[in-house]
Amino acid sequence: MLDSAAEFDVRDYLRAEMMPHFLCPGCGHGIALRALLWAIHELGIDKDTLAVVSGIGCAGRLSAYIDANTFHVTHGRPLAYATGLALARPDLHVVVITGDGDCLAIGGNHLIHACRRNLKLTCLMLNNEVYGMTGGQVSPTTSETRVTSTTPLGNTEPHFNACALATAAGAGFVGREVTHHVPKLKELIKAGLEHPGFAFVEVLTDCTEIFGRKNEMGSSPEMILRQKSDLRPSAYRDTVDTPFRPNDLPTGILTRTDRPEYGAAYRRAAVAIKSAAAKTATTRKGAA
Amino acid sequence: MNAVDSAQAPRAAMRLLSGNHACALGAIAAGCRFFAGYPITPSSEIAERLSRGLPEVDGVFVQMEDEIASIAAVIGASMGGVKAMTATSGPGFSLKQENLGYAAGAEIPCVIVNVMRGGPSTGMPTRPAQGDIMQARWGSHGDYPIIALAPASVREIYTETIRAFDLAELLRTPVVVLYDQVIAQLTETVELADVDVQGAARVQRKWASGPREAYQPYAANEDRIPAMSRPGAGYRVHTTGLNHAENGFPTQNPEAVERNLGRLLTKFDRHRDVLDSWQTVGCEDAEVVIVTIGICARAAMRAIEMCSARGVRVGLFRPITLWPFPEKALREATRKARAVLVPEMNNGQLSLEVQRILRDTRVEGIHRFNGEPIAPAEIAGRAEALAREAR
Repeated sequence: MLDSAAEFDVRDYLRAEMMPHFLCPGCGHGIALRALLWAIHELGIDKDTLAVVSGIGCAGRLSAYIDANTFHVTHGRPLAYATGLALARPDLHVVVITGDGDCLAIGGNHLIHACRRNLKLTCLMLNNEVYGMTGGQVSPTTSETRVTSTTPLGNTEPHFNACALATAAGAGFVGREVTHHVPKLKELIKAGLEHPGFAFVEVLTDCTEIFGRKNEMGSSPEMILRQKSDLRPSAYRDTVDTPFRPNDLPTGILTRTDRPEYGAAYRRAAVAIKSAAAKTATTRKGAA
Repeated sequence: MNAVDSAQAPRAAMRLLSGNHACALGAIAAGCRFFAGYPITPSSEIAERLSRGLPEVDGVFVQMEDEIASIAAVIGASMGGVKAMTATSGPGFSLKQENLGYAAGAEIPCVIVNVMRGGPSTGMPTRPAQGDIMQARWGSHGDYPIIALAPASVREIYTETIRAFDLAELLRTPVVVLYDQVIAQLTETVELADVDVQGAARVQRKWASGPREAYQPYAANEDRIPAMSRPGAGYRVHTTGLNHAENGFPTQNPEAVERNLGRLLTKFDRHRDVLDSWQTVGCEDAEVVIVTIGICARAAMRAIEMCSARGVRVGLFRPITLWPFPEKALREATRKARAVLVPEMNNGQLSLEVQRILRDTRVEGIHRFNGEPIAPAEIAGRAEALAREAR
C-alpha cells in the first residue's frame, strides 16, 4: 500500500544540495511542502513530468527545494507562467506554489482569471497573513487589528477570504486546511491534484518569527493550535453552529464542480477549425 | 484562411498583405506554436490572425487577462519547449518589461512584437511613432543583452519575424520585433514564395543531452550559449530570475555572479556574423548618409532620389538588426560621408546611438513626435543643406 506515511520518504523528493533550507525556525511552510510532496508520492506522479512554478516571497522559494522541473518566476505571475506551460505541455503536471501577497495582491488578477478559465492546474496558496521575506508588511489576508511593520497601529483594512474569492471567480475545486492536520492537508492536496480543472488550495501556515512575535502569538505550536481552534470542518458546515467562534473558517473541500477543463475544450474547438479549414481547401481546389 | 497554405505550399502568386498579417504568417512559418496576447492598438490584428491560424497547425492561442500575463504565459510555454510569441504596443510593452528581463536573465527564447504608436503613456494609439527604440534596449532593470529587429516593409516583417524566432532559439534570448504603426497597417503586394521557410523551421534550440549528473543548465562552451533542458526529459532543473550559478540555483557569491552574468552579457559577441543585419544604399560615394529605420527609411529612399536629381549624393544606412547596433557596418558605411542625418519619429533616440558610434562625424537629426510621418521633401531638403554646407 502506498498510503502509509512510513513508505513516504520526503528526501526522495527534495534536492539535498539545497539544504539547509532558508525558512525561519517555526515556519509552517515546510509542513505544507511535506504535505504536497506526500500527496505527489501517493498519486505516483513522476518527478520528471512534475513542473512546479512559484512566485516571489517565502512560499516562492519552496520550488527550489523540490526535485522536479521547477520555475521560480516573477512576483505575482506564477499562475500566468503556469498557464502558458500547461497549455503548451498538457502532458505535465503543473503545480503552482504561491503566497498570500504573491497570489492575492500583485497576482490577484491572474488568480481570478485562472479560476474563471479552469485550465488544469493546482494552485497551492500558503497563507501566513504577512509579507515575511520583506520584513513583515501587511498583506491582503492580514486579520484586522494585527500589528505589522506597515500597520504599527493595527490593521484597519478588511482581509480577503481567498477561498470565497476563488469560488466566486469560478474555480472548480476550492479547499482550505491548516498545517496542524498534515494527513488531512495531504488528502486535500491529493484531491486538488486529481481534480480535472483548476484547483485552488489555501493552507494556513504560521509565520512565527516575523508576524507572530509582533502580535505576541507565542511559539509555532501555539500559533498552529490557535489556527486550528478557529476552524470549522466543512463536514459540519451545515449542521453545527459555532456562535462562539467569530473567526471560524471552514476547512476541507469547500467547492467542487464539474466545469469543462479549458485545455481540453480548446483542443476540441481546434479540431473543428481544422476540419473546417480542410473543407475550405478542398472546395478551393475543386473550384480551381 | 491561408496560414497553412503559405507555410506548406508556397505559391508564386503575389499577395496583398498588411504588415501585421505578414507578422502572423511569419510566426507560423517559423514554427511558432504558442501565442498569448492582450488587445491593443495597433497590434491587435496579429492576435486576431493567430487566433485562427495557430489551432490550424496544432498550436495554441490564448488571450490573457493583461499584458503582463501575456508575456508570462509566452515564457511559460517556451520553458515547456514550444516556440512562443506575444505582440503589443507601447503601453503594453512598458508593462512587459519586468518579465522581458526575466526571459533575458533566465535565457528563455521568445519573440515580442512591439508595434510603435505615439507616446508617452496612452499617447496616440492610431498614430505612428518610433519612440520605443531606447526602451527596446534598456526597458527592463539591470544589465542584460537583448536583440531588436526593425523591419521596414510588409515583406520584411515576414522575413524578420522568422529571423526573430531563429535568433531567439539559437541564442536563447528574447527578441523584440520593432516596427511602427505605418508599416504595421500598411497593405502592400508582396511575394513570399521565395522565402526559405523550410530553413527557418529547422532551427532548434540547443537541447541538453547526456547524463543528468553531468548536466549544468547554465554552463556553456566557447559559444556562450548553454544547452536548455526540456521538462520531461529527466533533467529536473531549476530556473530562476535570481542571479544563479552554472547549476541554475540562486547565488550571491560575487565570483559566481561575475562569471555567469559576465557570460550572459557577452553572449552575443561571438555571434555577430549571424546577428548583424543592415541595408546600405549608395553609401560608397555619399556626401551625406541618412541613418534611419521603418517608415522613415522609406521616405529616405525617395529623398535620396530627389537629392540625386539635384546633383547631391546621399546614401542610406538602415539597421535591420537594431540591437545590438551594427556599429562596425555603420562606421564603414559612413567612412567618407561629411555628415550623417538621422530622421526619426521621436525626440532623438537613434541619433544618440549614431552620435555615440560616430564621435567625429557631424550627426544631425530630424525629430518628429506629432504623429505625422516625416515627408521625403523635408529629409531631402536637410540632406542637401548638410551636403552643401560641407562642400
